[in-house]
Amino acid sequence: MRDRSEIHTGYALLVPALAVLAVVAIYPILGLFWLSLRQRILPFGIDAFIGLDNFRLLVQTPRFWNSLGVTCYFAVLSVTLEVTLGLSIALLLARRFPGVGWMRAVILLPWAIPTVVTAKMWDWMYQPELGILNYFLRASGLTTEPVNWLGTPSLAIHAAIVADVWKTTPFVVILLLAGLALIPSDVYRAASLDGASPWQTFRHITLPLLRPILMVVVLFRMIDALRAFDLLYVMTSGGPADTTETLSIYAYKMLFQTLQFGYGSAIGVVMFMLVALVSLFQLWVGRRDSRRFVRARS
Amino acid sequence: MKSARLPSVGAVLILAVVLAWTLFPILWQALTSVKPDTDLVQLPPLLPLHPTLDHYEALFQQHPFSRVLLNSFAVAVFTTLAALTLGMLAAFPLARLPIRGKTLVLGLVLGCSMFPAIVTVGPLFIIIRALGLRDTWWALLISHTTFALPLTIWVLTNFLRELPEDLYRAARVDGCSPWQAFVRILLPLCRPGLTAAGILAFLFSWTEFLYAFTFTATEASRTVPVAIALFPGLHEIRWGEIAAASIVVTLPVLALVLLFHRHIVSGLTAGAVKG
Repeated sequence: MRDRSEIHTGYALLVPALAVLAVVAIYPILGLFWLSLRQRILPFGIDAFIGLDNFRLLVQTPRFWNSLGVTCYFAVLSVTLEVTLGLSIALLLARRFPGVGWMRAVILLPWAIPTVVTAKMWDWMYQPELGILNYFLRASGLTTEPVNWLGTPSLAIHAAIVADVWKTTPFVVILLLAGLALIPSDVYRAASLDGASPWQTFRHITLPLLRPILMVVVLFRMIDALRAFDLLYVMTSGGPADTTETLSIYAYKMLFQTLQFGYGSAIGVVMFMLVALVSLFQLWVGRRDSRRFVRARS
Repeated sequence: MKSARLPSVGAVLILAVVLAWTLFPILWQALTSVKPDTDLVQLPPLLPLHPTLDHYEALFQQHPFSRVLLNSFAVAVFTTLAALTLGMLAAFPLARLPIRGKTLVLGLVLGCSMFPAIVTVGPLFIIIRALGLRDTWWALLISHTTFALPLTIWVLTNFLRELPEDLYRAARVDGCSPWQAFVRILLPLCRPGLTAAGILAFLFSWTEFLYAFTFTATEASRTVPVAIALFPGLHEIRWGEIAAASIVVTLPVLALVLLFHRHIVSGLTAGAVKG
């Protein structure tokens, strides 16, 4: 049944989308690697090939190592909290009860609103004098002095993580709910006939069967958290004392505040590698899992 | 799945906490937006005792907010249309036609959706500046479409694959060319898939910040998220107006989420659960 017209039409239809991706996604990525090998400072017209000098400078700069650490800390802690909280909420909403459909829709809201709005919302709640959070803390007698959530180095990153967890947990819930719906109800019936406790059912049935989708969720969230920009940039711009400066924010400041496009691109290359590394690792774990699964079944 | 029954008291309590955690920040922003300035410089009162629309009025009269809203809306609509057109054209061969390298193309598309936007924003800025497209809708339309495209292709390819293959075969046997079979038979059946992909593309563009922040300079092309981030405050931060702007930009999102919740979920899970 395959004829030439199908093949010709097929390739022709792919051209527009692939052309757009090539020009606006792949070409700029190649451009990033090219720029990272150059000294390019826009307003002065400086543009020269300097080899790996940008990277040499990078590894000698404490601010770079700080931002790498902040990025990893933010990503690991956010994703851990989001997946734990998201799994709990998904288990709760996987049951059927009146109003559950409505609740599944409402829970999506934080995910759908602009991140900039999330940042301003939480910034307002975190305000030392006028913020609702400190009001509640004082009213309940937990604190006497107003806490400066976003102005205190040890607190700011954690305050931002809470806002990020609020914003992105719905995504985890939605994907895990879809995963839970794929588990056949027979398995649960069999478990309850065998007298398994709710915890045993969760530990030995739900969790293993949910594992593939759980891995995908962790991958998606991890990649997203590693590139976090909007929330932190709007809330703290990387402060106080660079304690919330992620690689994205560091790169952005180098690119568009100091206009050092070569050095900024070198930070971009590091981010690209980091994301690629995480993706490959997850892919490898996924493959290993499915191989084990096949072996266990045969 | 257990049969429908009322949840226990404990479960209801936990659900209430989840609901409060989800909705309180949005609710608080809504309350803030209708409090007069005199009530914003002190706390309590918690509830707006003298509710007012002053902040909303100021938004549209003292700031060029209607222009900013128009920019956001136009860019999001055009991005959606462009991503759906390009995505649909690519999804058809990827789902139905016997071409080589499908896995490679889908992998490449997925890869494009994974790298951070900060990676391309520098080189893209240089290109956009060279083309004289800075501070125009074009700069945003091009970058948003490219970023929305991978997800659109995945959602639509998955959707087309789930339509019965016989539909396409029958049209071909009846003498349609591949293109005719696609346009006349498959396309009309794709509405749910197009809705899901379209809403995701719209939401993406409507909420996008990094490109919009970098490629715009004035209200000629500035979008709502950028305007909120850059809200002018001479001596103090105008929390009331920021809250009002936040509510205005959230309303369309609220409508889409409540009306098309199932489409959004099916779109988001299309790539994740099956791929």
